[in-house]
Amino acid sequence: MSEASAHGVHHAAPTGFVRKYVFSLDHKIIGLQYYALALVAVVTGMVLSWLMRIHLIAPNWPIPGLQFLSKVGAPGGVMTPEYYLSLMTMHGTLMVFFVLTNAPFAAFGNYFLPIQIGAEDMAFPRFNMMSFWTTFIAFCILISAFFVGDGPPLAGWTAYAPLSAVGKDSGPGEGVGQTLWALSIFVFCIASLLGALNFIATTLDLRTKGMTLARMPIVTWAWFITSCISLLAFAVLMPACLLLILDRIGGTSFFIPSGLNVSDHLQPHEGGSPLLWQHLFWFFGHPEVYIAILPAIGIVSHILINSMRKPMLSNKVIIYCMMAIGFLSYMVWGHHMFLSGMNPFSALVFSFPTLMITIPATIMTLIWLGSLYGSNLRMNAASLFCLGFISMFVSGGVSGFFLAQPSIDIYLHATYFVVGHFHMVMGVAAIFGIFAGTYFWFPKMTGHMMNETLGRVHFWLTFIGTYCIFMPFHYLGLAGNVRRYSAFTDDFLVPLLPVHKFITYSALFTGAVQLIFLGNLIYSRLKGPQATANPWEATSLEWSTPSSPPPFDNFGGQHPVVYHDPYQYGVKSSTADYLMQTSPERAGETP
Amino acid sequence: MGGKIFAVLVIVIAIASAVPIISHTFLGASVKPPEDISTHGAEIDKQLDETMVEAGLSFLAAQFVLGFFVWQFGGRKAGPLKNFPGGAKYLVLAAVLLVGAEAIALGALGTKAWARVYFLPASADALPIQVQAGQFAFYFRYAGPDGKFGVIHPEKIDEGNSNFFGLDPENDIPARDDITSGELVIPANKEIHLMMHAKDVGHSFYVRELRIQQDFVPGLDLSLHFTATKVGKYEIVCTQLCGLGHYNMKAYLNVMSPDDFDKWLKTQSQ
Repeated sequence: MSEASAHGVHHAAPTGFVRKYVFSLDHKIIGLQYYALALVAVVTGMVLSWLMRIHLIAPNWPIPGLQFLSKVGAPGGVMTPEYYLSLMTMHGTLMVFFVLTNAPFAAFGNYFLPIQIGAEDMAFPRFNMMSFWTTFIAFCILISAFFVGDGPPLAGWTAYAPLSAVGKDSGPGEGVGQTLWALSIFVFCIASLLGALNFIATTLDLRTKGMTLARMPIVTWAWFITSCISLLAFAVLMPACLLLILDRIGGTSFFIPSGLNVSDHLQPHEGGSPLLWQHLFWFFGHPEVYIAILPAIGIVSHILINSMRKPMLSNKVIIYCMMAIGFLSYMVWGHHMFLSGMNPFSALVFSFPTLMITIPATIMTLIWLGSLYGSNLRMNAASLFCLGFISMFVSGGVSGFFLAQPSIDIYLHATYFVVGHFHMVMGVAAIFGIFAGTYFWFPKMTGHMMNETLGRVHFWLTFIGTYCIFMPFHYLGLAGNVRRYSAFTDDFLVPLLPVHKFITYSALFTGAVQLIFLGNLIYSRLKGPQATANPWEATSLEWSTPSSPPPFDNFGGQHPVVYHDPYQYGVKSSTADYLMQTSPERAGETP
Repeated sequence: MGGKIFAVLVIVIAIASAVPIISHTFLGASVKPPEDISTHGAEIDKQLDETMVEAGLSFLAAQFVLGFFVWQFGGRKAGPLKNFPGGAKYLVLAAVLLVGAEAIALGALGTKAWARVYFLPASADALPIQVQAGQFAFYFRYAGPDGKFGVIHPEKIDEGNSNFFGLDPENDIPARDDITSGELVIPANKEIHLMMHAKDVGHSFYVRELRIQQDFVPGLDLSLHFTATKVGKYEIVCTQLCGLGHYNMKAYLNVMSPDDFDKWLKTQSQ
């Protein structure tokens, strides 16, 4: 690191495989590493969800091969109730942390944020490498929990104390596995904090000549706002996990009150509060939802503008809405805790800003819809996933309107309605953003085009499939079907089994469809036609790099100069209907 | 072509999603809240219905507009670009005013239903019953003829000898006539004051028909009050993940006529 200038930190191109691809300082390689890790995590998480769904409709059916994963958890392939909960916990943790936080934010953000602002690399390349490898360590710690003696953790991804805190007395899955869970998340928080700081410093300090804040693409803004949210959110979860670890192995009582008799053992703790964990966890947990969805909102807006061949009705409004959502996200954590035993008056204080979040969310939706009007919308796999995202964002959003109200929450809390809500809005919608980003940026990242036909088939089947899985969750919730049950033995739950069967078949189908995507990724990387420098006729800086993938320093020794707002589409120019940000040409006229 | 397919698909999905909500059935299963048997539940149901109408209409409208615009403009090549009439300004204004009004109205209306359950304390003549949640069962305790509960001693809990609450009848006189039950038996049309105690980890008390749900918090004894109006047997289930037996942690709520309840209480205290 010799010179830190407005163009970034110079460091020599690496030689040798390890420096180039493993312990790389190059933000592009690190982005791909994050993407690869998220792929491994999402495949694992999806297989876990399959196992759970199969168990739910056939609790006694042996799943071939499962006994090899855990002899105790699945003797003869038949899952025990505690193993179901463990798989559920691992599914949630993998998906929320290692997929939804990593892929849209860390992976794409790492790869494209520096390029989009005209920098050669992140502000702190070594920190960047450390962020990824720390995340990787966190992932390994979490996965190791599968193989410890008393089983993987089972307290859910929310790890409510005292179940998560008192240790082995509270049953299987609460031994070493739970400690590993807390350690994994603790390490993950360190990585995320490093990453967030790096994103913020890069965005503020390394913008190239002419790249004012107002000229940054929406998606760059989304990553920037997300880093600001991350910085505050993970900074709270990290010490919370440390306190949990101390309660478990250090004999402290942060989250454990006195007088608990667990499995006939009076617990040697006093003075702690289970609600403290919930407050700390959700103070992180709610902003985390936006850490997952804001980058997807940015990606979708970015791609949609390119596909529509005209600017959004207002970029600024979208950016202000993202800021408003980020700001409000810190005032609403208590809506996860309406029935937790906290002061019932505070429920109203948390309910109001939660309902208010609907306003920026609605504004963004209306801006997307209004912008579609009168456009020359190109239909391809990337734009289809953007449209699918809008549909999912609406579907998952309106159900939030129910859960934001404490009175309705009395009935719907802890039912499948909640599960349907967050899977649609933060799970599927964010994953649609990841898919859209992949189809759109694959040519830049690999130099090859993805197969368009396979991409479209992937979209149609996934779109139908995800609705078939997650819409019925809401119906189950309305019928009062409670979540986190490994089998439905209650009188009122048995008649709902046909709905569960439908969901399980849909999940198996939709999961299998993702093989098309994986196949397309591999096939296109190896055999896809060569991509031109700017296949989508796009305007932002990532398409101004001299090659695909971009050279080590992104712009081949040049420092790009920016002349325009990010989205000069629908203009008269020498390059058909758009002007790149780096083009000194002035637009003829806008229609 | 892709635009038209997407348009049709998104509208079909929107309608198909709404049908089970309107018809209350999906694949033969009833997917609506069961009949309410509480005095406060009607307000919650009303709030749920009103939200369903508003959210449902927003959902349908957004999906239809999405489908309509994509039908019209998807795959269109080099048509004249147009901007939405009025631009962003009116859309922002509409969202702020409509959604803001809707949010404030629903929020304010819902407050009443919430307040009935959680702001008001139980009335003085409500029947006090203690419930203890532990892995993986609920136990209920009635004060007995003296009207006083014995003190809980966590270290004396001995499930083998049916001392679920850790009572100490030898030294604690009020504990001697306490009645313990595995079923929550209550008289109809009488307010119940439920005092909630967690023995080990977090649990929750959920009765769909009563429109009641409340967490048990270890170290924090909470109160809940409700009045059941309909004689019958209903399931009480745990909704807070509490360990391997969580799915099977349940008890029954047995609502009796006041006479039957008095008889039951007498047989228990003998």
